Amino acid sequence: MTAQTIKIWDFDGGVHPEENKHQSTGQPIAVANSPEFVVVPLNQHLGSPAKPIVKVGDKVKTGQVIAQADGFVSAPTHASITGIVTEIAEYQVPHASGLTSLCIKIENQGEDEWELLPALDLNSSDEALINRIKEAGLAGLGGAGFPTNIKYLTKDTIETLIINGAECEPYITADDMLMRERAKQVIDGTRIAQKILNAKEVLIGIEDNKPEAIAAIQKAVADSGEQTISVRVIPTKYPSGGEKQLIQILTGKQVPAGGLPSSLGIVCQNVGTVAAVAEAVLEGKPLVSRVVTLTGEALGTQCNLDVRLGTPISNLLQQVKVNQKKLDRLIMGGPMMGFTLPDANLPVIKTTNCILAPTKKELPPGNLFNACIRCGICEQVCPADLLPQQLYWYSKSKNWEQLELNSLSDCIECGACAYVCPSQIPLVQYYRFAKGEIRKEQAEHEKSDNARIRFEARQERLAQEAAEKEAKRKARAEAAAKAKAAKSGAEGSAKPEISDSVKEAIARAKAKKAVTDSASTSNAPALTKEQLEAKWQNAVAKAEKAEARLNDAKENDDPMAVALEKSLAKLKEKALLAKEQLDNFQEPPDKAEPAKVVLTKEQLEAKLKAAQAKLEKTQAKFVEANENNDPMAEALEKSLAKLREKVEAAKAQLDSFNESDSKETQS
Amino acid sequence: MILSQASSPHAKGRMNVSQVMFTVSAATLPGLACLIWFFGWGYLFNVLTAIIFALITETLVMIIRKRPILFYLKDGSAFLTALLLGLALPPFAPWWIAAVGSVFSILFVKHLYGGLGNNPFNPAMAGYALLLISFPVQMTTAWGAPSVMPGHSLPGFFETLQMYLGFAEVVDGYTMATPLDVYKLNIAVQTQAELAMKSEFLAGWLPGWLWVSIAYAIGGVFLIWRGIITWHTPVAVLASLLIMSGLFSWDADIRVPVYLHMLGGATMIGAFFIATDPVSSATSNRGKLIYGAGIGVLTYVIRTFGNYPDAIAFAVLLMNFCAPLIDHYSRPKIYGHEKSVRGYKKEDKA
Ligand code: SF4
Ligand code: SF4
Repeated sequence: MTAQTIKIWDFDGGVHPEENKHQSTGQPIAVANSPEFVVVPLNQHLGSPAKPIVKVGDKVKTGQVIAQADGFVSAPTHASITGIVTEIAEYQVPHASGLTSLCIKIENQGEDEWELLPALDLNSSDEALINRIKEAGLAGLGGAGFPTNIKYLTKDTIETLIINGAECEPYITADDMLMRERAKQVIDGTRIAQKILNAKEVLIGIEDNKPEAIAAIQKAVADSGEQTISVRVIPTKYPSGGEKQLIQILTGKQVPAGGLPSSLGIVCQNVGTVAAVAEAVLEGKPLVSRVVTLTGEALGTQCNLDVRLGTPISNLLQQVKVNQKKLDRLIMGGPMMGFTLPDANLPVIKTTNCILAPTKKELPPGNLFNACIRCGICEQVCPADLLPQQLYWYSKSKNWEQLELNSLSDCIECGACAYVCPSQIPLVQYYRFAKGEIRKEQAEHEKSDNARIRFEARQERLAQEAAEKEAKRKARAEAAAKAKAAKSGAEGSAKPEISDSVKEAIARAKAKKAVTDSASTSNAPALTKEQLEAKWQNAVAKAEKAEARLNDAKENDDPMAVALEKSLAKLKEKALLAKEQLDNFQEPPDKAEPAKVVLTKEQLEAKLKAAQAKLEKTQAKFVEANENNDPMAEALEKSLAKLREKVEAAKAQLDSFNESDSKETQS
Repeated sequence: MILSQASSPHAKGRMNVSQVMFTVSAATLPGLACLIWFFGWGYLFNVLTAIIFALITETLVMIIRKRPILFYLKDGSAFLTALLLGLALPPFAPWWIAAVGSVFSILFVKHLYGGLGNNPFNPAMAGYALLLISFPVQMTTAWGAPSVMPGHSLPGFFETLQMYLGFAEVVDGYTMATPLDVYKLNIAVQTQAELAMKSEFLAGWLPGWLWVSIAYAIGGVFLIWRGIITWHTPVAVLASLLIMSGLFSWDADIRVPVYLHMLGGATMIGAFFIATDPVSSATSNRGKLIYGAGIGVLTYVIRTFGNYPDAIAFAVLLMNFCAPLIDHYSRPKIYGHEKSVRGYKKEDKA
């Protein structure tokens, strides 16, 4: 492609924080010292955690599967060193909200024996390639850790594959160094991805502050002879490496809100991920290591290390001679979006691109902040074109509705707004809090919805049971009456007794039928119009909610998206069905009488007994309280009176029942 | 090893609130220098008096509200408010004008509404409006005659100070009305040519005000370059005023002409420093365009049909009223959305 035809776009907003990248690019990627043990978390990817298939005491080789993928959105986990499994337990893992996860601890045995998969090549079938990518435990190495194979399973037609080599976060140079040193691997992986996706063109976006990487990649592309791959040098501006932003820079298109890039025919992959794809396919190597940038002024050496997953970060810090006195924070990721680690013993995971160990002077901790002066500087830098200031006010006042109106969910938490805010307001912290609260509220809402539905179902069932009992009672009474009539008839006509029992049997059968009839009328087909309507509305509301959640999930690259999509489809179907039912609804010709709740004699008797027992108990308590001069006595006295009333009422009911029963029997 | 915990982003930009406020303050310096040069020391006294009283008021409020005093004084917002008010006052007004206006701005307009960031009205302009309504004589007659007027010279530093503090009478010859005012009052009986013939008009105060306007514009462009304000508000103010005066004041024999509207009064300081007050203006870029245009139109209307010599203050205050509404109807289109969400409606849930 010639220089003239290359066009790139710009995204709105963005900032230019100090890059601080040169510190860690001074030396080539070195291999990290072999750790004494590794702690391999089973949830290094988004989605459901892997299931362990080894036990304590097992000997494992490097690359051996130690936990299997569990479900569609999941990835297997491999042993990253050769050694013995010594523990399978919950450990704290690097995560923005301090999660723990099941981890497998492996004690190093010294030698490094590999268990490799058979090598494949570019000519292997798509299916085999995707399968390999899944087997190798690949997950996005750039950020969220989305299982890679799922991106390749998209049903959309993919025109463009974008390889993200922007690495816009300050300080981080892992991708930069990888492109410089392993350009061929990156391009090999790119070609594999391109083949699987059947993408017409590949755009590799690299920020112009990485001339060496650009040169290396350009050379590798030229060497590969591939005409459809082109390198796009983009201006340095944070956050150009955000997926949505990079897509806009390279294609001029915006990913629709709530949609996935694949809906535009685009798939985005990080350079680190495609390099890992090449390793997995061409060498049969599962993902057991990655390049990590170690940087920050508290470190003696700032560099990039090739680190086995699960290596405790403290090991790395030791290797690069951390100055404990100067160390203030440990940040996983960069200074814009990284999160602080609670301690240095957490393991390196698939998404650990950088460990930043700044001194206090280097990245001063935020302190007292001013009020928002509404200067609007934040708005000028927001890459999502949001109004961060408004989001802040509404987050502060917990006005979820306004937050929705202002599309808080479109915030990518890039931190550009907080970076420029002259009042130094920790804006992103407010947004995270608000997002969390909203999510909680939604969950609660759902819960209460479910509870309501359960409650209604229970009410229905109770009414039905009552109706059944009533029908039974009637049937019994009828049978008895008939029996009597038969008897009296028998006296005159002197019929044998057999016929009596036959009649009784018939009556019983009739009664049974009546019961089932009445049961079926109060059953499913007899939903009233209101019920149907409610059902329909419920279904629609649910579908809407699910859609909102799906959008959210998609935005956050949540692997749940796929599952949510399915359930959304189902919900929509349900809503349609309900609508249909409602439309077809005709008032049943003879509307079933709403079942009256009539208590049987036994029930009444039981009720009376219970009331009496309670009364006795309370009386005993009352006496005791009186003796001890307990202040409760007064209250007890009152409840005693009430209980007495109840007992009376129950008795009266029972009496009248007996009367009516006997009347009925008499007639 | 104890590691401190913090929320991202960990990197912070260079600019903090006091830097913003003091940069804006610094950007007014060319204008202040011109004012002093052409109209005398009175401006300096006004500015200093206003600032002193503002800081004292701010301190007292902070003591009452039990807030860290220095932290809030340092933010420079009271300083800037007072500075802008001082710049807007007539140079031969007595000292208590600046004092009263400044205390009112800080105490009533800013803090009674909840302090920095919460005040719906521009404190400096609200203070100015109060003074204009309460003390119309001092506020309209105490403007200075420029030093460049033939046969005229400015009073010296101490002479001005004496007059300022009330130890000496203000000599009539030192004061005159503003050019906008003079033109507006006299054009009914004189023609444009006659007015222009007056030596004090041509060689006198028009150049004086012209230089002040240029100085403010330079300061404003500096602020845009530094990214502290955006171009939207000033451009909208100036463009709308230009269009309004071009459309309705093309006949300079009847109405105040375009060039006087643009360069003769408080237009430049208004467009670059007053209308851009972040707290009380609209927020989005689109909103700022509407907001600024509103100020320009209202300024023209009030100047032409109202009784006040200059109208920026009222125009700004009126538009302060509208700012929340403008904000609601001018939300930008968010990334990945088909169109923007306007007002309170819940459309665009694509
Ligand atoms: S940058 Fe900070 S102070 Fe300025 S409007 Fe945004 S949140 Fe408010
Ligand atoms: S953190 Fe959110 S609101 Fe702030 S600039 Fe980034 S996307 Fe915009």
